[in-house]
Amino acid sequence: MSSAELDYTKAELLAVMTARLLEDGKTIFVGIGLPMVAALLAQLTHSPRLCIIFEGGIIAPELKRGKMPLSTNEIRAARRAMAFCSITDMFLYQQRGFIDYGLLGAAQIDKYGNINTSVIGDYTKPKVRLPGSGGANDIASAATRVIISVMHEKRRFVERLDFRTSPGFIEGGDSRIRSGLIFGGPYKVVTDLGIFGFNKTSKHLTLEAIHKGISPKQVAENTGFKLPIAEEVEETKPPTQEELRVLREIDPDKVMLRGG
Amino acid sequence: MMGKSVDSRESPYKFNLRETRRHVEEKDKSPTSKLMTVEEAVRRFVANGLHVALGGCLYSRTPTAVIHEIIRQKLLNLTISRSLTGMEADLLLGASSLKRVVTSWWSVGYAWGISKMMRKFVEGNQVAFDEWSHLSLGLRYRAAAMGISFLPTVSMLGSDLARVNEVKEMTCPYTDEKLLLIPALYPDVGVIHAQRADKFGNVSIDGYEFMDQDIARASTHVIVTTEEIVDTEIFRKHPDRTSIPFFCVDAVVKLPFGSYPSECWNLYEADFDHFSEFSRRVSESGIDGVRGYLSEYVLGCQSFENFLHKIGSTRLERQRRSMQDVIS
Repeated sequence: MSSAELDYTKAELLAVMTARLLEDGKTIFVGIGLPMVAALLAQLTHSPRLCIIFEGGIIAPELKRGKMPLSTNEIRAARRAMAFCSITDMFLYQQRGFIDYGLLGAAQIDKYGNINTSVIGDYTKPKVRLPGSGGANDIASAATRVIISVMHEKRRFVERLDFRTSPGFIEGGDSRIRSGLIFGGPYKVVTDLGIFGFNKTSKHLTLEAIHKGISPKQVAENTGFKLPIAEEVEETKPPTQEELRVLREIDPDKVMLRGG
Repeated sequence: MMGKSVDSRESPYKFNLRETRRHVEEKDKSPTSKLMTVEEAVRRFVANGLHVALGGCLYSRTPTAVIHEIIRQKLLNLTISRSLTGMEADLLLGASSLKRVVTSWWSVGYAWGISKMMRKFVEGNQVAFDEWSHLSLGLRYRAAAMGISFLPTVSMLGSDLARVNEVKEMTCPYTDEKLLLIPALYPDVGVIHAQRADKFGNVSIDGYEFMDQDIARASTHVIVTTEEIVDTEIFRKHPDRTSIPFFCVDAVVKLPFGSYPSECWNLYEADFDHFSEFSRRVSESGIDGVRGYLSEYVLGCQSFENFLHKIGSTRLERQRRSMQDVIS
């Protein structure tokens, strides 16, 4: 993908658009890969007081550009942290309400922001067994604002999940709250095509902003269900030179940002 | 308890709390030396068909020496549980030691993609993969660590994970909100690698503790491998630094680099080249790649010390230095 001024990959676009959503002074629970890079990018640009949290029980580390951890439970993820606790206690801080953002990826996502990271096919006889939830279910259940960052593909944006690993708005409306999940929930979905929110009452995924050079038709064609479009769809500003420069210092070998 | 709001289906989680407590009551809790070799520890406390909870997380403080010894002793039908499960499960699969894995996530690690061994065995229904959310697994150990049968949470509510694991819900009698009741998990054996211990089994873990304190309390027996044995006076001088007290522990094994190729916080970094070599063998030859690895690095080495000797001191020193480079 390219714009008139700058070349960037889809994964870089996704990381920049995700990072821009993260406000300063908040706490964020991040997983390995793109979420980690997006959180660090935000910290190194507009949100210097963003507090990164890893499931290994690691609070407020200072990640080093070019030395990204390969797991959320290792020394590179823990560099210069302010506090450690057990894994269980880390997630209990979240259940208590201390985590403002949770950042997730997904193998499949549906129109209510539910996600699947467990199996493709039947759970008891899977076509592909995926690594599993890890902390994704816990983040989806208890972080205050959940952001899902994924490549926009028809096989990923599906009418029906093969397995609901992590709950979004369940079946829409007030079904999340009726399930007992009285806090948190999906906030935004960021893809390489646009940014999506959720309708206030139906909780249906809705196109809110579109990236430069992308048409609503393209978005519809790459989505496996009918997608409502907000009354005013904004166009996002392409990644800046500065954002891309910092991003490439963070992940120079594109270990984390593999796509596109 | 609170029966009115819990549904009445038959549960797969049968706890005999009297039985699980009896094991602890009958434990020898005197401060006697529990020093032994890893061979003796595994022979005494691990047997075919048992549930072994592994401390550490993914490639941090993995009790690698005990995994190798389990494979050398050709134990069968084991269940393992771990917060995040990595290369150790692929090794145990290659040795035909496993029947069930209870975990929240299973792969050698992000950089090496989805585990081909996991896919082959789970998709072929040759091994069970019981998937729990990360917190839920932690609460399973914690409920057992507390000596009770479940803990309530909001995690896994409204998910298929709760459905396939047959976890029960209840309506809170105080707030009328729904809660999920995570059943306790009482492992037969807990295996933990730590930075230091004394001969009685006082254990001090530096850095992140993961789920290890709960595993030590939840398990019937506990094997600890340790980078160094220190005098009990060290613990008496810094009792606030004791992660696990001696009466939880049944075996203490001194094994420097006992976690390699995993990292041990503040001492040595994970050897990513070793994981890459393993993953390359699996990519190229599938289970034969794992068997080749086992015959070269586990069965072909009479002891864990021999394995480390094969890795070589240059490589181990490199891992020590790279830990210091990151931590400073």
